[in-house]
This record gives sequence, structure tokens and C-alpha cells, in this order.
Amino acid sequence: MIGYLGVDVGSVSTNLVVIDEKTNVVAYIYRRTMGEPIRAVQEGLRELKELLPLGIEIGGAGTTGSARYLSGVIVGADVVKNEITAHAVAASHIVPDVRTVLEIGGQDSKIIILREGVAVDFAMNTVCAAGTGSFLDHQAERIGIPIEEFGAYALKSQAPAQIAGRCTVFAESDMIHKQQMGYHAEDIIYGLCQSLVRNYLNNIAKGKELLSPIVFQGGVAANLGIKKAFEEALETRVIIPKYFNVMGAIGAALLAKERVENKPETSFKGFSTSDIDFKTSSFYCKGCSNNCEILKIEVGKEVLARWGGRCGKWEIE
Amino acid sequence: MKLTFPHMGTLDMVLSDLFSRLETDFIIPPKTSVKTVNLGTKHAPEFACFPLKVTIGNLIEGLEAGADAVVMVGGIGPCRFGFYAEVQNKILRDAGYDFEMIVLEPPTTDIKDFMKKCKKIAPKKTLWQIFQAVRVGWKKAVAIDEVEKKVLKTRCFEKNFGDTTAMHKKALAVLGKAITPREIQMARDKALSVIDGAKKDFENNPLKIGIVGEFYVLLEPCINFDIERYLGQKGIYLERSVYLTDWISFSKKNPVMGLSNDEVAKAAKPYLSHFVGGEGQATVGHVVKFAEEGFDGVIQLLPFTCMPEIIAKSVLPKIHRELDIPVLTLVIDEQTGRAGIITRLEAFIDLLWSKRKKKLSIVG
Repeated sequence: MIGYLGVDVGSVSTNLVVIDEKTNVVAYIYRRTMGEPIRAVQEGLRELKELLPLGIEIGGAGTTGSARYLSGVIVGADVVKNEITAHAVAASHIVPDVRTVLEIGGQDSKIIILREGVAVDFAMNTVCAAGTGSFLDHQAERIGIPIEEFGAYALKSQAPAQIAGRCTVFAESDMIHKQQMGYHAEDIIYGLCQSLVRNYLNNIAKGKELLSPIVFQGGVAANLGIKKAFEEALETRVIIPKYFNVMGAIGAALLAKERVENKPETSFKGFSTSDIDFKTSSFYCKGCSNNCEILKIEVGKEVLARWGGRCGKWEIE
Repeated sequence: MKLTFPHMGTLDMVLSDLFSRLETDFIIPPKTSVKTVNLGTKHAPEFACFPLKVTIGNLIEGLEAGADAVVMVGGIGPCRFGFYAEVQNKILRDAGYDFEMIVLEPPTTDIKDFMKKCKKIAPKKTLWQIFQAVRVGWKKAVAIDEVEKKVLKTRCFEKNFGDTTAMHKKALAVLGKAITPREIQMARDKALSVIDGAKKDFENNPLKIGIVGEFYVLLEPCINFDIERYLGQKGIYLERSVYLTDWISFSKKNPVMGLSNDEVAKAAKPYLSHFVGGEGQATVGHVVKFAEEGFDGVIQLLPFTCMPEIIAKSVLPKIHRELDIPVLTLVIDEQTGRAGIITRLEAFIDLLWSKRKKKLSIVG
């Protein structure tokens, strides 16, 4: 049996997926990146291999996420795609008539508008990370509720508190203030969910036409409180796909499958790539006033890849 | 007196040519770099728009290199740019620099003041000689822009990665040496043919993207992450809403870009009917024009907190819906990371390709 591997390395989580020829998900891994993308990919591959049924062979590999180029070198990717396209591809594959994709990840949030299966517009948070997964993580920890139960708590709320949601720091001060005034934890938590959704709709979704079907994906989609807040604000049902937290990886796998159709063989390096010692280092190019930071990936003495410059003189991929 | 000035794309080339003609002593500050940005950010108010920060960095570097006078242009209208010179003057003095500040306000506001300032910049020349120097220098400036325009339009066809950029450098060197009007004319033709020297493949049918927005971030590659080179090398045909001489020119006709201010304002009218400062209305007009010319998409660049461009941005969704042209807005300041810009550009290119494929499949 032939499988296609998708790898999505983001700021917070590293996700790996294998889909079969009928594009069903065979196995997936969702794990923390912990600031070490190379290790996360290598260990993720090791774990993934354990989950795969015998006799499955990887016929193509794709990477996405903020560390897409780095992980592309490590796994030997046939296609390296940005996370916006990957998420759009996955969403429209799973919900073919989707017209709006809300995606909230660890440190970024995006919206993708599709019409008749084609992305026509998108936006991504630029100057503010309020309302993304990292912030919710941090608040859950501060209140002492595991992030997995955060959403369930929110649903218990009877009278949500008003929380300032424009800036995470002020949101936090506001939450502390409300706690000290004696509000219930669930009311504060749901109030926070509402304010984050408001912030998302007022910033990222500003001026866009949000038509249903609406798909909500990314790690934060696990949070039932945010889902409910979206449904209240948009006055419509929001679909959360089964594999909502690995949609980027599914998109990368789908794109890999498409790419190898026009390619003699896959560049996938095999699962043994987990045991290779990849070394990264960086330096500043002194060629001109741009002073680009160049990143280098080596195995032994061989330079596998180099990037980061604007002019392209260092680039090897 | 030793003059210095801020950088903005090829402005240093234009001004050093002019000051040499005027026999004015000048110092070109080091090219804008991370150091410049850090210097500017340190001295400028946090909420000021990005070009102010960068230009303050340039001026500090120029003054440190030995200049004792600064030349800046002023402006009118609701854009904060009109106050730049005053703010720079105050900030630099507070920082302990002693220098003379020469601010050229648009001659239409006060022609006498304008002539007085010109004399100050070129004390050795008569007004007539200054006029002649500007007239000839202007020809060269237009030629520099024409070369740049050609580079934007043809980089997408290059066969060998980086060839066009190398030829661009060569072409500018050819122009740099030209002094007399005749030489400039010949150098212009030669420079344009130098660009043709990069081997090209005209077989592919590239995506066409128009670049619009605030002039400073459009014209300064160091600040906009060299977005035009990046896109060109990804095989995208580019046109831009403003070139240096279009911006400097007092006339409503834009010598390089091709459309007059009135034509652009007319195109903007259904969406934004009046001047809002800076290039706000022009941005809207150009998006409409690019849509009419069949461009696949438009990219709007603006510095964070740029008021006129924010106004323009708010009407763009309507143009997108009515004229079916995707627009990507990128906000740029010292906090912007290159990785984020690249991710959005990659996604935008994917979006435009899938849109075009779909259009073709419907037609086919």
C-alpha cells in the first residue's frame, strides 16, 4: 500500500500525517515542537512509523508550517508549501463546498475565503497574536485549569464576564481584576473566549464576507468555548473537522500526492532520517548593507541546505 | 557646507548627480541597513510611521560621516509626511547634532521661499544655472526609472536566476557616467539594451501583479524586503504605481508610470471620491486600473499606522468583490519579519494561479 506523508511544523505543535491513496488518514501524530523543530520532526517520524500498518510505503512527502523549509530538508519533501495554501487545500478536500476557513494555531491565526473550491482571499494576523493558542495555554496555566478542559469550563458559564481582548497583556490584567472582584472561573473563561473571537472577527476577518459552510480548524478548534463564541457571533453553525488539529499536515500530504503524479520518484529520505545528526548554524552575510542572516544545515561535512539571503547567492535547496 | 539627505531607492544616485552639477558639497549616508533602522527606531517616537524612523537613521549616519546640513522636502495635506522635516530637525537637535536644516516646500505654496532655498543649496550658481542643472539631471532621473520599470517587467522571463539584477546594476553604472543631455540620451538607450542582455524565455505566460501603496515603502527595497526582486524571480510580471520621478514631479503627468494623476483619481472615484492625503486615493485608483488591464492581482504595501493607506485598504474589499481582483495588503515596520511576508506572498501566488487555472478551465 502506498501512503503520503504530510509534515506541519509550527511554532507550538509539530504534526505528521500519513494518508492512503484514497486520501483517508492512516495515522497521525500531534506533538509539541518545544522550540526544537528538527528533533520534533525526527521523533515524530519515529512515533509515526510505530503507528503505521505493515507494508505501507511512503510514495510522497510534503511539508508546511513556519519550519517548512527546514523540515523539507530533513524528510526529503517533494513539495514545500506555505501553511495558508495547505490549510485551504485540506479544508476544501474534507468539506468540498466550504466557503470560509477559520484557522487558529499556536501563534498565528488566519482566515481563508473560498468560492467554488478555490481560495479567493485570505488574511493572517500581522501585528498582534492575541487570541492564539499560546495565549490560551498561558491563561489556562495561570488559572490552574488544564488547557484540554478549558473549553468545557467555558460552556458552564451562565453570565460571561466582559474581558478586554485587544491586547493579551491587558486581557490578562482584566482577567486578574475580574478574578479579584469575585467572578466565577467559568464566566471569566467564557468571557475570554468571546473577547478573543471578537478580536479575531474585528481584525483578521475585517471586511470579509463570511459565508457558510464555515470550517474551524487548528489547535484552538479543540476549545469548545471558542467554537460556541464563534457560533454565537456569526449566528451560524461552525464545522470542526475530525482531524482539526492536523489539517495543515493533511494539506501537505494531499499536495505531495498531487506532486508525485508528475515526478518519477519521491525525494522522501525514509524513516531512517530520524537517526541522522543534522547540524544547523547561522552567520551574517557581509556582502552588502542588507546583512542577511544565512542559515546552514549540515550533515557531517556536507552542506544540505542554506537559505535566508535576499539575493540568492547562498541559496542551496 | 556639506549636505546630506535620506535614502529612498535610487534617490542617492539622482541627488549626487544634481549636487555635482551644482558644485555643492555633499555626503551620501551609508546605504540603509539594519543599523540605520535601529538608530532611527531608537530616536523616533514609537508610534511614528516607519519612513520617519528610517530617514532619521539615515540622517544620523550622514551627520556622523561629517555632514553639517540636511536637505529634506516638505509637503501639504493630511499625511504626516509634511511634518517629517520639522520632527527630524527637533529630534536630531535633541540628540545633540548641530546642523542646518533646508526644507524644500512645494514651490506652489511659496515660490520665493523655494528659490531662496535653492540658492542656499547651490550658492555658487545663479537661479538660471540651477534651473538648467535640474533640467538635465531630471532627464537622467527619468532614465534611471525607465530602466527600473523595464527590470520589473522583464525579470520574470530571465533564464538564469539573478541575471536581470546583475544587468540592472550594470545599466545603472552606464547611466551614472553620463553628464551632458546627449550623453544621457545615449546612455539611456544603452542601459535599456543592457537589460535585454539577460537571457530570456518569453514562452511562459507569467502571472501579472500590480504593486501599489505608500511611496517610501514601495521605493526602498531595503525596507520592503526586496519584494519586487523576490516576486520577479518567482516568475511574476510586475508593474508599480509610482516611480521616483513620478513622485518628485510637480506636474500631474507622471513621466514613468504612464497615467496622469487625474486619470488615477477618476478611476478611484466610484470607491473613494476625494483626496485623503499621501497616496490613499491613488492606491485605490491604481487597483481599479490594474483590474481593468487584466492583472491577476494587486499587492498593497504600507507602513504600520499609515493613515491614507488604511483608508484605501478599507475600500479594497469592495473593489475585490466588484472587479474580481484579489488584493494582498502587507503592513511593514521594524517589527515585521521577512518569514511572515514570504509566507503571505507564497500563499497569494498560489491563490492567483489557482484562480487563473479555474478561469482557463471555464473558458476551455
